[in-house]
Order: sequence, then C-alpha cells, then structure tokens
Amino acid sequence: MPILEVENLSISFNQYTSSFKQNNIQVISSLNVSLEEGEILAVVGASGSGKSLLAHAILGILPDNATISGTIYYNGEVLTASKQASLRGKEVAFIPQSTNYLDPLMRVGNQVRTSVKTGDATAAQRAVFKRLHLQPTVENMYPFQLSGGMARRTLLSTAIVSDAKVIIADEPTPGLDPVVMKEALNNFREFADNGCAVMLITHDIESALTIADKIAVFYAGTTVEVAPVEDFTGDGEALRHPYSKALWRALPQNDFIPIPGSQPHPSALPTGCLFAPRCKEAILECGKKQPEMRNLRNGMVRCIHAT
Amino acid sequence: MRKNVGRKIGIFLLLKGLRMLTLLVAICFISFLLVKNSPIDPIQAYIGADMLKVGPEQREKIAEYWGVDQPVMVQFLNWGSALLAGDLGTSMIFRRPVADVIGERFINSLVLMLTAWVLSGVIGFVMGVVSAMKKDTWIDRIIKWYCYTLASTPTFWMGLLMLIVFAVWLGWFPIGLGVPVGVLAEDVTIANRIEHLILPAVTLSIIGVANVALHTRQKLVEVLASDYVLFARARGERGFTLFWRHGLRNVALPAITLQFAAFSELFGGAVLAEQVFSYPGLGQATVEAGLRGDVPLLLGLVIFSTFFVFAGNLIADLIYYVVDPRTRESRML
Ligand code: SF4
Repeated sequence: MPILEVENLSISFNQYTSSFKQNNIQVISSLNVSLEEGEILAVVGASGSGKSLLAHAILGILPDNATISGTIYYNGEVLTASKQASLRGKEVAFIPQSTNYLDPLMRVGNQVRTSVKTGDATAAQRAVFKRLHLQPTVENMYPFQLSGGMARRTLLSTAIVSDAKVIIADEPTPGLDPVVMKEALNNFREFADNGCAVMLITHDIESALTIADKIAVFYAGTTVEVAPVEDFTGDGEALRHPYSKALWRALPQNDFIPIPGSQPHPSALPTGCLFAPRCKEAILECGKKQPEMRNLRNGMVRCIHAT
Repeated sequence: MRKNVGRKIGIFLLLKGLRMLTLLVAICFISFLLVKNSPIDPIQAYIGADMLKVGPEQREKIAEYWGVDQPVMVQFLNWGSALLAGDLGTSMIFRRPVADVIGERFINSLVLMLTAWVLSGVIGFVMGVVSAMKKDTWIDRIIKWYCYTLASTPTFWMGLLMLIVFAVWLGWFPIGLGVPVGVLAEDVTIANRIEHLILPAVTLSIIGVANVALHTRQKLVEVLASDYVLFARARGERGFTLFWRHGLRNVALPAITLQFAAFSELFGGAVLAEQVFSYPGLGQATVEAGLRGDVPLLLGLVIFSTFFVFAGNLIADLIYYVVDPRTRESRML
C-alpha cells in the first residue's frame, strides 16, 4: 500500500485583477501520484509549472487564497488539515531549495535543532553534521555565510534529524557543482534504502533518472505519465505519453530536439488534453475533453491512444 | 578578529563625528543668519511691554551691552569663538547662562520624552505584532484605522483634546505646568512631578504609536510571508512559537532602529506638547526663544537638538552595525 497517495488534486488561486473582479487561476488540475516506502519518486517538469505547490499542498502550507480539491491519503487514511498539522516536521519532512528558507538571523545549528522532536537536540544536530561532513564551526554560522554545498547539507540535516518517514524535496539540485550534486542525490538514495519514501520535485530530469525508481512527468499542472525509470531508454519507445517521449528525446545525450511551442499559462489552459496544441499525434477527439489518467503497463498515462 | 571589529567601529564613529561637526557648523550659521534677518527686534523682545518707558539712549546702551549693534559676521564670530571656549552665552530672556537653562530644561524634557519614547515604542510594537498576526481580522482593521487616524492628527490638537477631557472635564490631572502652582520648589514631590508628566507623555505616546505600529505590522506581514517562515511551518512550527522564534528576531531590530531614528519627530512633538501643556521643557524654551528673539538661547537649543537627533540616528546605525549578524559577521570574515 502506498504511504502517500494523491488523488485528483486540483489547486486554484483567487486573485483580484481589479478591486471588483476576481480571477480564479487553476495551477494544478486533477493530479495523481503515489509514493511507496523505500522508493524515490521524481516529479519532473519544466520550471515554473507549479510543481512546488504539490509539495505545499501535501504539507498543508498553501497560502490562504488557495482552494484545493481532491484527496490525499496518508497510510490509507484521508489527510485532513489537522492531520497535516500534526504530521508536519514529524512524519513528513520538507527539504526546500535554498538558504532563503532558513531564518537569516538564526544560527544554522539552532535551526537544525528545532527540527529534532525527541531526545537531545544538540547531540542529534552535531551527529548529523558529522555524518554529512559539515565542520563543527558551521553550527555557529548564519545562513548567509554558508556555501552552496553547506546550505544543501544543512537543509538536508533538518530532514534527517526529524526522523520523518516521508521526505519531500523541492528542487534539491540546481546550482550545485557535480560533486555536491552527486552527494546530494546519494543522500536521497540512502533515505529510500533506509525505508523512507522520497518525493523529489525537480526540473532536472537527467539527475532524477540516476536515482529515482519512478518518474512522474508533470505538464501544465498535472501528471501526464508515471513510468518506472527503466522505461526511459532507447528512443523512448517504452514511454507512454507523447510529452514524456519528446522530453526524453530533447535531452542532450539523445536527439537533442527541443519540443516546439511552450507550456500553456494556467490562465489559458486548453479545454481538452493539455498537451494537444503541441502534440503531433493529436486528433479531433483530443481537443474535446481532458483524458483520464489510466493504468498502462506498470505505469500510468493520460492520453487517449497511448499503448 | 575582535580587534578588527573594534577598529572598524572606531573608523565608523570617526566618520560620523566628522559629519556631525560639519553639519553643526552649517546649521549654526544658517540659524544665526535666519534669526538675524527675522523681523524680530531682540531689544524690543527683551524689554517687552516696558518699551514705551525706554528712551532711545537706553535702547542703545542695551544694544551695546548685548553686542547687537555690531556687524552680523562679527557677532557670529564672537559667538562662535565663545562657543569653542565652552561658553554658550547668556540667555536674554532668562538672564542666565544658556547652558544652565538648557541643562535644567533638558532634565524636564528628558523625563517627558523618555517616557513617551518607551511607551510609544513598546505599545506600538505590540500593536503592530498583534495586527500582523491577526491580519485581515477585525482587530487588525481597528489597529490600522487607529494608526492612520493618528498619523494625521496634529500633536497640539491631541494635546488640547486630552487637556479638555482629562484635566478640565474629569479633573484627573493638573491643567498644565511642570509643578503645582504656589508650592515652594523644595516642597514639590516626585508624585507632583509625575502627575504633571502623565498627560503630556500620554499625548506624545498616543501619536508616536502609529509609526512604529504600522511599520512593525508591515515588516511582520512580510516576514510571515517569507520562505523561511514557510519552511518553519513545514517543520511543524506554528502560532506563538513560530512568532517567538522567527518573527520577533526579524522584526525587533527594524522597530528599535526606527524608534531611535524617530528622535527628531519626538523632539518636534515635544515642542508642541510642551507648549500646549505649558510644560517647562526644552520645547517650550525653544518656542519662547524663537518668538522673543533670544539669539544665544535659540542657537544653543539648535546645537543641542542637532546633537540629540544626531545621537538618535547614530545609535540606530550602530545597532544595525553591531547587532545584525549579516553586517557584523561579514566584517569578521
Ligand atoms: S490525448 Fe491526444 S493530444 Fe493529448 S497527448 Fe494524447 S494524442 Fe496527444
């Protein structure tokens, strides 16, 4: 049974365009993913496609003007707002993308210690710093003094000391040099091998492919395909959705052909299949209604004639 | 490393001191010229109602005595050199050394301003915090409305209102002055002084609250919408703990700095409040010196208030310099 299951999640924001007109912008629409213990799921999609909001929705930390629908299950139970509040930082840990997420006026050691829920916080923080090869002096630094690698490891420590079972990491790799990046990715693998469920939200499909077990391809606010990582091979013939195939082929080590067109803006989504305007295989049918997510060959897809 | 910081702060203070000095010279000169060219005749102001009884000869004598008949530049230089020797001159209206007058008045004003400063700072900060934590609720709206209304209320008007309500109608407090009328100076008790202090201090605080409150509210709203608060919430922090750990430390520093930088407004407010309450402080002395053309006293007050406001700003700068780790520790690296 998946430890975390997101079913038909939709998120929209109320925005005031003028003082009287209210606009409802749908940023995530009927998204489905599930997360198993001991497994890394990478949610991959272009930057700015609203992937981070998925993490915020699971944690229940969306801003007040957001409306959500759909259901999230944790351990088979419906995840209500109060349940979210009690799980945050205890069973579900979040790893943000940059030092901006650390309090600028608090020493980082202290910030890591606040994540420790039981036992000696200082000892736990020192142990994890040692494990991640952070110098003992780092605990007395302020966030602005950290290098990229140190920041990465500090953020990671907050998740490690919390003993969470589910770890959600948002864009954990950008701006890192290859050595630090490899180390960061290995840390995630370690989490999963120790029985945690890891959700990696990233635009970096290449590094995701090196450690993930499953890849969820995210397009225009929804998942179009969930595939085991082995399917990303050859010309992408094992993949199910035209967008995933195109994404795979667009990688430098493959054909390096960019996908023509761009993602639709959340305020101007097509009525039918969200990928239809850019899809070579689109037929009349595709423009009528958004295809449902369906199971296919050990994965899932949202396309009417995927086989 | 510590030594290095000390030296940096030394240089910082030196530069600030130089700036202060040039500012003072400029301000002295400008105010001197302004007063000299104002239509107020210092002799007439000095003599007041007895003017009719004074003949032209006597008038000249007085002018000579005070040195009013000499050219402007000579007067300025005379005064300037005396100033450098530590002599601020003699006040024409009080007929006492300016330094004494300012010293005595300052003690009175200091108590008033300090009380108002602390009160408005603390109350304003708390109001701002409550307002931001309860953003968009009725309490936030009331606090905001209160602040905007106050920000546009003149001090003297508020002072008059307080006088009418609490001193005249309710009779809770004396109507004015710093000490009771008809009581010998040595018989005046601390309680007497406090009684006279309350209304002007409260008036000043009520007005001073708006600035800190609105500023703190704005800052805290920003902090609460920041990434690091989001992350703190993602780690299970909430409510008061969240505010205590992340809100307070990020909001207190700007608020304290603002409060120090507001010395000038405090001084300006005190001038008006003291006038309304006939409170014998610096502000009242300034108004009198200005109206009656008491050049030495007025200039002494100008120098003093410049110092005062400058000190406030200097402290504000220093706090940022020393307390904020982003400026402090980057200097150590
Ligand atoms: S549903 Fe139609 S438009 Fe959408 S991806 Fe499949 S083929 Fe292309």
